[in-house]
Amino acid sequence: MTILVIAEHSNDALKADTHKVVQAATRIGGDIHLLVAGANCDNAVSAAATIAGVSKVLVADASVYSHQLAENVAALVAEIGRDYSHILAAATTTGKNMLPRVAALLDVAQLSDVIAIESADTFVRPVYAGNAIATVQSADAIKVLTVRGAAFDAAAEDNNAPVEKLDIVKDLQVSSFVSEELTKSARPELTGAKVIISGGRGMQNGENFAMLNGIADKLNAAIGASRAAVDAGFVPNDMQVGQTGKIVAPDLYIAVGISGAIQHLAGMKDSKVIVAINKDADAPIFQVADYGLVADLFTVLPEFEQQL
Amino acid sequence: MKILVPVKRVIDYNVKVRVKADQTGVDLANVKMALNPFCEIAVEEAVRLKEAGVATEVVAVSIGAKAVQEQLRTALALGADRAIHLETEHNLDSLQVAKLLAKLVEEEQPKLVILGKQAIDSDNNQTGQMLAALTGMGQGTFASKVVVDGDKVQVTREIDGGLQTVELSLPAVVSTDLRLNEPRYASLPNIMKAKKKPLDVKAADSLGVNLDSKVSTLKVTAPPSRKGGVIVESVAELVEKLKHEAKVI
Ligand SMILES: Cc1cc2nc3c(=O)[nH]c(=O)nc-3n(C[C@H](O)[C@H](O)[C@H](O)COP(=O)(O)OP(=O)(O)OC[C@H]3O[C@@H](n4cnc5c(N)ncnc54)[C@H](O)[C@@H]3O)c2cc1C
Ligand SMILES: Nc1ncnc2c1ncn2[C@@H]1O[C@H](COP(=O)(O)O)[C@@H](O)[C@H]1O
Repeated sequence: MTILVIAEHSNDALKADTHKVVQAATRIGGDIHLLVAGANCDNAVSAAATIAGVSKVLVADASVYSHQLAENVAALVAEIGRDYSHILAAATTTGKNMLPRVAALLDVAQLSDVIAIESADTFVRPVYAGNAIATVQSADAIKVLTVRGAAFDAAAEDNNAPVEKLDIVKDLQVSSFVSEELTKSARPELTGAKVIISGGRGMQNGENFAMLNGIADKLNAAIGASRAAVDAGFVPNDMQVGQTGKIVAPDLYIAVGISGAIQHLAGMKDSKVIVAINKDADAPIFQVADYGLVADLFTVLPEFEQQL
Repeated sequence: MKILVPVKRVIDYNVKVRVKADQTGVDLANVKMALNPFCEIAVEEAVRLKEAGVATEVVAVSIGAKAVQEQLRTALALGADRAIHLETEHNLDSLQVAKLLAKLVEEEQPKLVILGKQAIDSDNNQTGQMLAALTGMGQGTFASKVVVDGDKVQVTREIDGGLQTVELSLPAVVSTDLRLNEPRYASLPNIMKAKKKPLDVKAADSLGVNLDSKVSTLKVTAPPSRKGGVIVESVAELVEKLKHEAKVI
């Protein structure tokens, strides 16, 4: 049994999710090959070789993979994928974009957002926004899974795995990269942060989100948001936490001016400690909060920052 | 230009689902069902493209038991021109759905397929990508903006780090994210008109696709429940508890 893991990277660096997917793969058991598909991705490759549990790093370095267009990368993965028992990627927008395409090319099902590995063919995944947990068994020859990072620890970095170059260039010529607008932030990434403070519609506008900055600085926290705050244009889309946004499980999650809709809870209810600040004592967020403060956020946020 | 819009009937997003005591699934008896919210956004986008003179026909399709015709009527009331129901009692995975849709694409030859990024019941987020793979089309997933220009479409995608724009040659597959548009409500006159719009029914197993899934559900359980904790009276008490009781700051 050999498992293929697709690395999540930016050519220059490896994303932390990769370590978590490798960790999930070690639960299945067997050799683990880690594929880095990109362009000028030497740095990502060096980082990949250090991940514990990886027996070989495969590299496909070609301009057609530079922006990891799903069409081209999936064609590559499907071609080499036939030799594997499992193919895993992170349940990030990159993994979710590409992996179902791989599964279809291999004529097998894909299992999304796996949160636990029971055995080589049995996996656990949430459905209905996490309100039900399904244990599913796959009889497909190749098991194709996206793995939820929040559910696994990161594999260590103490390896020096051999690197093998692949000479496979797939160019479907149906898609091309035009541009990218990436949010720049000096703060920790939402999916990796130990502490997160999120704002909702109660923040009223984008300027008020700045009230969260001082607190985030003091706690080394990432800043998140509800869908309502993103839809209203207060903050960019990549800050959305929830069923259809990012799934997080930090040590501390502070929800400010967020009511606690099912779809928001789906993204944060596995946090270790939840704090809710809301002026409505009946807001559903209080039903999952370890510590609730019924108050006007505009009064208590400055106090909170000061007392930290 | 014809646009095909696959839509799914799901449990309404406001309903709190309950797991059945025998762990075979969730309780769907007497539960409010609705058009999957992401499919509503897909229908709206297709209808707007028609209103803008870019598209000429919007065809909604749903795969499932007879009841999905209710959601097809909703799609027609929102502005789709006609509907196709592929009838089956099978419990399908995204792969089988994508294979059936690929057959329909062959028949209907749409220039664009717009579907939801995710069905809020299975939370799969797969069908669009699989359909694109099976038909060899380009895919613009998690779209927050769609601009058709001649035989190309530019799709702006919501990705983890921000936004990415790709260009696809037509025909192509687009899957919708929340910010693509705000769907309209169906007006009463349009609901009435929808009753007269054509709705074709075909047996799904007449399309030559093996509908058996290789994935079986062993059990469905409720998630570990979280209990509400304490209400603190002041910021000082909150900070003190976070430091000394929860020890997280
Ligand atoms: C298909 C679908 C997918 C979705 N996906 C997501 C998702 O991924 N993530 C997500 O978050 N949502 C998602 N939603 C939306 C979700 O259903 C809710 O609409 C959303 O979470 C509400 O955001 P909110 O809590 O900020 O706003 P509201 O529900 O409007 O709550 C605002 C809260 O702020 C409080 N407040 C107001 N002023 C103050 C003040 N001065 N001080 C203190 N408190 C104040 C109010 O009491 C209220 O509780 C989705 C919905 C659908 C249909
Ligand atoms: N049974 C179905 N009939 C028609 N369309 C479907 C069906 N299942 C999924 N889809 C489409 O595929 C999208 C994504 O679903 P999924 O990949 O299952 O999360 C949905 O939003 C629909 O547009």
